[in-house]
Amino acid sequence: MSLNKNILGLIFANMHEDVVPELTRQRTMGSVLFGGRYRMIDFVLSSMTNSGVDEVGVVTKSNYQSLLDHLGSGREWDMARKIGGLHLLPPFSDVSSGIYRGRLEALYGISNFIRASAAEYVIMSDCDVVTSFDYDAIFDAHVKSGADITAVYARANLTMEDASHSNVFGIDADGRVNNVLINPVLSGECNIALNTYVISKKLLMEIIADGAAKGHYSFAKTILQDRCGEFKIVGYKHEGYFSKITSIKSYYDANMALLDLDKRSKLFLDTNPIYTKIRDNPPAKFAIGAKVKNSIIADGCIIEGTVENSILFRGVKVGKDAVIRNAIVMQDSVIGRKCTIDSVITDKKVTITDGKILTGSANYPVYIGKNAEI
Amino acid sequence: MYTKKECVAMLLAGGQGSRLYALTQDMAKPAVPYGGKYRIIDFPLSNCVNSGIDTVGVLTQYQPLVLNDYIGNGQPWDLDKQYGGAHCLPPYQTALGAEWYKGTANAIYQNIAFVDRYSPEYVIILSGDHIYKMDYNDMIQYHKEKGADATIAVLDVPLEEASRFGIMITNDEGDIVDFEEKPKNPRSTLASMGIYVFTWSKLRQYLIDNENNPDEDKDFGKAIIPNMLNAKEKLVAYAFDGYWKDVGTLDSLWEANMDILNPNIPIDLYDPDWKMYSRNPVLPPQYIGENANVENSMVAEGCIIDGNIDFSVIFEGVTIEKGATVTDSIIMPGSVIKEGACVEYAIVGENSTIGAGAHIGARPEAVENRDDWGIAVIGHNVNIEGGRVVGPKDMVPDIRKK
Repeated sequence: MSLNKNILGLIFANMHEDVVPELTRQRTMGSVLFGGRYRMIDFVLSSMTNSGVDEVGVVTKSNYQSLLDHLGSGREWDMARKIGGLHLLPPFSDVSSGIYRGRLEALYGISNFIRASAAEYVIMSDCDVVTSFDYDAIFDAHVKSGADITAVYARANLTMEDASHSNVFGIDADGRVNNVLINPVLSGECNIALNTYVISKKLLMEIIADGAAKGHYSFAKTILQDRCGEFKIVGYKHEGYFSKITSIKSYYDANMALLDLDKRSKLFLDTNPIYTKIRDNPPAKFAIGAKVKNSIIADGCIIEGTVENSILFRGVKVGKDAVIRNAIVMQDSVIGRKCTIDSVITDKKVTITDGKILTGSANYPVYIGKNAEI
Repeated sequence: MYTKKECVAMLLAGGQGSRLYALTQDMAKPAVPYGGKYRIIDFPLSNCVNSGIDTVGVLTQYQPLVLNDYIGNGQPWDLDKQYGGAHCLPPYQTALGAEWYKGTANAIYQNIAFVDRYSPEYVIILSGDHIYKMDYNDMIQYHKEKGADATIAVLDVPLEEASRFGIMITNDEGDIVDFEEKPKNPRSTLASMGIYVFTWSKLRQYLIDNENNPDEDKDFGKAIIPNMLNAKEKLVAYAFDGYWKDVGTLDSLWEANMDILNPNIPIDLYDPDWKMYSRNPVLPPQYIGENANVENSMVAEGCIIDGNIDFSVIFEGVTIEKGATVTDSIIMPGSVIKEGACVEYAIVGENSTIGAGAHIGARPEAVENRDDWGIAVIGHNVNIEGGRVVGPKDMVPDIRKK
């Protein structure tokens, strides 16, 4: 590992938005809120910071106002740099780019940016996985194996539902990817693609040019699947804790998993702090009569009622005698007095007026859209 | 070209805060944690920014490491500016030699060149010892309206407390006609808050004259203000009636923290129109466990709480294990309260550990003789072994120091 990493990071902020259409109606996948104070992009972007990948392009397509607000100059991730740093890459940034259909086409749209980078290698990640990546180790493995492409995967159980929004790798005894299934119909233990790849800039530029010439747009289909015999694609098994978001249900479960202290400690590693935008909220305040059990509470909350098995984002207010159970309450929402909400996801700035009762169920949490007043 | 600044703030942050004992062993008083996520200096700094003052010299001297590190380039307070912003100003060496800041006035005197860079009309002198929210802009406007040479912010204090303060005697117009430092028989109840607005050209000359007079104290209260009064300069009192607390002693630091928990005391940290800024830690949100009972308290990010908390202020990254009880106390960042430990009426410094079953402090009613009672204090980086009892009023400093 050298001090000068020579790696360009690329984060695709819009990919996989279709898995949580409610949450991405007004934002990118990268700016979906997670875990009490984060946005999905914080996990990959912080991992890049912590692995010394200090030149990063964030590729966006649409709905990116909240993403731009969140990232700003990239200062919170130590990415406001003179050399390298954070680059936001909206569509139409040059004449060849526009609304892309897949990763390959998106890469073509930013090919001038990639070409201008001095980096020899490129690491690509999406925003649908909550984990702490060790890009250092992934990169070292890439160089050591002499792979054309290193594809990161995790070994875990998939349900039919998860699999229909995932790619699955077949991996041979030498660790090479010999088969790629895109959104397959299957379930059980398998090698789930974490949509994270390492590739040399030289090969990437060739692939992009070739794809553009032939009108290809999907990286997974035309590169990984169709050409896995031709390219040396090596799997890298990610051993750390992860959650992959494939549906609103899995989003809900991935949030709730943080109530497990063991999982929390595996996601929030001392060696890989997760950075996010600062809001300067005061600490959370617990009033007389507050009863909070097994919950995550962010800064700026004022709690006068009961909160159990829930996740409260920054600046949430819970009124007197209100009861919140099994819920995700996003920032600046206000839950009135004597409300009862159970198995509910409220988006940002939702107001539930006094005395309301809202109940979903663990396999189908009720979602309440941004700024709604009930 | 750069435009000049109308007002520059000079923040006196070099105080040792010796009456905070173990808490200021290795940090200056303005760097002492307060209010769950702040340090004392966040209050004057945030007040400056909220008042539209974007140029602040922070005068440091005693144990500046923590403070310099904390202020950095001033970015958390929006004080990282191309022109202006926050600057730490430690004492320095010149061709004539090097000297420490010999007093509040001398500290400003030694930094005349810093203030002159911005050629301000006014200078506001602040200290890093107080908790309050104040619009300095209103005070500067008052100074202008009155055509004053110096304006001193005053608080109306109860008569029995007046002898602890510098007391201003004013006429009907609010002009200061006399000044007494900690008078035995106070003639007024208007106490100086240690906040001064000066017309810079005036102050500059008084600082130079003061420096050139070897017989004088190099201090605002002892020399500059009396000298200006004697010379019949126009000094006015600016009355402030909000919350203001000097946190110079362990008791007052403890009280000021408890004040935040009291809804009847007007120090609202949640006011979106007067935000308090601080350097934020990078930590996940707090987790409150199955066995926890938390009421009447503030708890910051990164905490893992499975014990009982009542009437307490818990800073970031604190762990309170199952069966531990914290009441009427302040636990500073990164400390751990182990299983079954009891902390009451106490201040626990940063990164300290209270062992399982240990007992720190006591309730006032548990002590027979009221004079034997006081806040128990555990310094920073102290390890209290399991089962140990630290009585009320006791203090356990970091033994690696001194």
